[in-house]
Amino acid sequence: MSSQPSVDTTALRKLQPRFSGIESGHGACQGCGQALAARLVLEAAGPDVIVANATGCLEIFTTPWPQSAWNVPWIHSLFENVAAVAAGIEVALRAQGRTTRVLAFAGDGGTFDIGFQALSGMLERNHDVLFVCFDNEAYMNTGIQRSGSTPHGAWTNTSPAGRVRQGKRHFKKDLLTIISAHGIPYAATASVAYPSDLRAKVRRALDVSGPSFLLLHSPCPLGWGHDSAQTISVDRLAVETGLFPILEMERGKVVSSMKIRNPRPVREYALPQFRFRHLLMDTPEAREELEHLQALADANIERYDLLSEAPGPRDSGGADTVRRGGSRWG
Amino acid sequence: MVEIRIHGRGGQGNVLAAYLLATAAFFEEKFSQAFPSFGAERRGAPITAFVRIDATPILRRSQVTSPRYLILADDGLLRVSETLSGLSPEGAILVNSSHAPEDLRKRLEEEGISLGTGLRIATIPATRLAMEALGRPIPNAPLLSAFLSLTGILSTESLGRAFAGRFSGDLLTKNLALVSSGASLVSENLWKEPTHA
Amino acid sequence: MRDVLEGSQAIARAVALCRPQVVAAYPITPQTHIVEALARLIADGLLEAELVSVESEFSAASVVLGAASAGSRSYTASASQGILLMSEVLYNISGLRVPVVLTCANRAVSSPVSIWNDHQDSMSVRDSGWIQLYCADNQEAVDTTIQAFRISERTELPVMVCVDGFTLTHTLEPIDLPEAGQVDAFLPPFRFSRSLSSARPLTQGTLVSPEFFTEMRSLQHGAFDLAEQEILAADRDFGALVGRDSGGLLRVEGDREATVGILAMGSVYGTLKDAHRSGLLGRPVRLLCLRAFRPFPSRAIREASEGLSDLIVLDRSLSPGSGGIVAHEIRSALYGSGRAPRIVNFVVGLGGRNVPGEIFQEMLEALEKDPPAFSIFDLDPEKLPLSKDPVLPTS
Repeated sequence: MSSQPSVDTTALRKLQPRFSGIESGHGACQGCGQALAARLVLEAAGPDVIVANATGCLEIFTTPWPQSAWNVPWIHSLFENVAAVAAGIEVALRAQGRTTRVLAFAGDGGTFDIGFQALSGMLERNHDVLFVCFDNEAYMNTGIQRSGSTPHGAWTNTSPAGRVRQGKRHFKKDLLTIISAHGIPYAATASVAYPSDLRAKVRRALDVSGPSFLLLHSPCPLGWGHDSAQTISVDRLAVETGLFPILEMERGKVVSSMKIRNPRPVREYALPQFRFRHLLMDTPEAREELEHLQALADANIERYDLLSEAPGPRDSGGADTVRRGGSRWG
Repeated sequence: MVEIRIHGRGGQGNVLAAYLLATAAFFEEKFSQAFPSFGAERRGAPITAFVRIDATPILRRSQVTSPRYLILADDGLLRVSETLSGLSPEGAILVNSSHAPEDLRKRLEEEGISLGTGLRIATIPATRLAMEALGRPIPNAPLLSAFLSLTGILSTESLGRAFAGRFSGDLLTKNLALVSSGASLVSENLWKEPTHA
Repeated sequence: MRDVLEGSQAIARAVALCRPQVVAAYPITPQTHIVEALARLIADGLLEAELVSVESEFSAASVVLGAASAGSRSYTASASQGILLMSEVLYNISGLRVPVVLTCANRAVSSPVSIWNDHQDSMSVRDSGWIQLYCADNQEAVDTTIQAFRISERTELPVMVCVDGFTLTHTLEPIDLPEAGQVDAFLPPFRFSRSLSSARPLTQGTLVSPEFFTEMRSLQHGAFDLAEQEILAADRDFGALVGRDSGGLLRVEGDREATVGILAMGSVYGTLKDAHRSGLLGRPVRLLCLRAFRPFPSRAIREASEGLSDLIVLDRSLSPGSGGIVAHEIRSALYGSGRAPRIVNFVVGLGGRNVPGEIFQEMLEALEKDPPAFSIFDLDPEKLPLSKDPVLPTS
């Protein structure tokens, strides 16, 4: 247990203004991980941004005409082109000599699958855009269908568990490696269970010039089938099992990883989620699939050397203070 | 043709409720139709679902704008003017509420919302019953059962059969028990339309 | 077998009865329940098909193109944005003369973004060379889906079965699902004449110079004459097995001696027919339900319009800058026939706006008041923005 901070952080927090890029009152479900993540991103990024948003939950629940929850300039075009739209905005701003930052927001569908082509092109052309993927591991807005990001073994409506199938057959696409192979200056994963780390990474990403990419693990209580009060604790387990490694990559190389000081078996992560419930059944198929999932987690732990007793570089020791967003704000 | 409109919130199973009524009608060799007024998937959002039941094939596909009955899975929706829109003055509303009808009327009066005196209202605490039996606030079983008991449109046996088509095991047993208890909380055929010669 | 099913579930069962080997799809509201139902059938071992959950609609169409070209009966479903994203492939599939069946769960097209029902998506690809059939209810959706596979395989033209999103896909109603034996009797196994096979290595999809292009395009167009015959034959033959028809090219109902007619496509026809039956229309009206939009059945339209002085044509889509698409094609079919009726085009129900039964009487009354040739009938002027200034947040 770390020592108590000597400053009253609650009082400090009340003195420091938070930039609220998304107003409350939007239509997200209770416990929506994506809403939380988006709010944290904008808090860190500050008001001098333009957001291009792909089709998906975030876009839908924040903009039911004639209402909008956004306090920043915002545009939604289609599902597959947000990286290209953001690239266009960035080019225009550069031509006009404006320094406003461009953010592209998309879900996992709009990043891993339908939006991948445009994303790859944007990265290859070195646009100065921060692409943020809110990863809830399926097409949620259309009613829970599998995506390239859906974990192996997870139930969705298009990868249901039945007599001859045990959930998604294929693996979660290793997108961070693919993104990094583009050689971009900064790419990282983060989790809503570690908000300080998430915000710090947004600031880090905005500090680089050139394309940057954030993959933010964002639970969906409805689609994952867990209690809406458990969003944070479920996502902590995603990290503590090793299934969702928290990493930073620069120009294709891992430069930091959040160590797991309290490793958990995958079974513990599966338990509170309906989408993994079938893996906990007492059948040979279920046991085998659960073993596969554990093996995937173990492979991550080994690959990124995630087990450690020492605190990580961004460990806040429990104190969650607010900082001003980005080096360009204020 | 009987037209029914169901109002509730996303996640309560209101679309399923509509489907269950239409299914029950099918089991009694009637023609039926059930569909939601749809929005993007989201828990908690106001949901409207429509049901039509008739002895002959149903052709109409528009939304139910002149319902004879309303089923409200959430009594807060009485504060929303669209909820009652088009309801026949001699219509009837079954509300999922822990308040008695007179109490409900009075509370709404205090908020400036006046329900017509010809409007028949019945209430049952369907959420409380569901929480006790299922541990989840899904009011369908007792609410639909009370509705059928009041109106006499279909039998609660048919409703039970509709549940059996979608649920099994423990969940089915509990829902069927709720079907029984829901019906017992209201006066049978209180709202039954006289059949004309 | 009679059952009570959600439209999507019924369509999925119909597809499964046709024994496709490959299903490729990408989720889009309101098609999702169809594909999910197929996924469940496969997961439970009740359908032996490969479900390829692709990364976009462009790939969904490309996968079924590949699969059908290799000789497997293939199916996909989409709507709205998905239809547009795959549109390049749709033209390609038809030009390559590959049989494929696609369910279009009709939905409006962005922008403005809408998940609700209108016909803009299928109308936008009316020139892609696909047979397009519109279903008035879920029974027709089931029967037409089954017929579509045979029509497609006999004409070597792809078939788009149009089913109104939400209004039909998400409506639960009694359906008669044909027996497997009936479908097997109607629909033989798929034997593609130009299947990719080393036994007979054919080259497909080549560059064609101006020297040959015109003739190839004309063959594709000519195949739609055969399509008209096959649509009628499929309805007749399947009808003989199940004891009901699906409306052929065009249904004519109501008061056949009436001099006023109303033409509609898709689910709104049911509401129209109900209004007529309930006496809401207030006068005799001939009801026309157009099922085949491609091929466009000009002769059937001309015959169905005989004796009409006025024909109200309902459109559930809009060509901005031009007007209602169906009405233009109807006018074109009737042009030159001396006694063509006055065509009054009403666009109605865009973006899922409810079309109530009462509206048809209003339309008939509007006929007497010298209406414009084209109008958006259910436009509410009070909802038009008062100024051109955008709305800014107040803070």
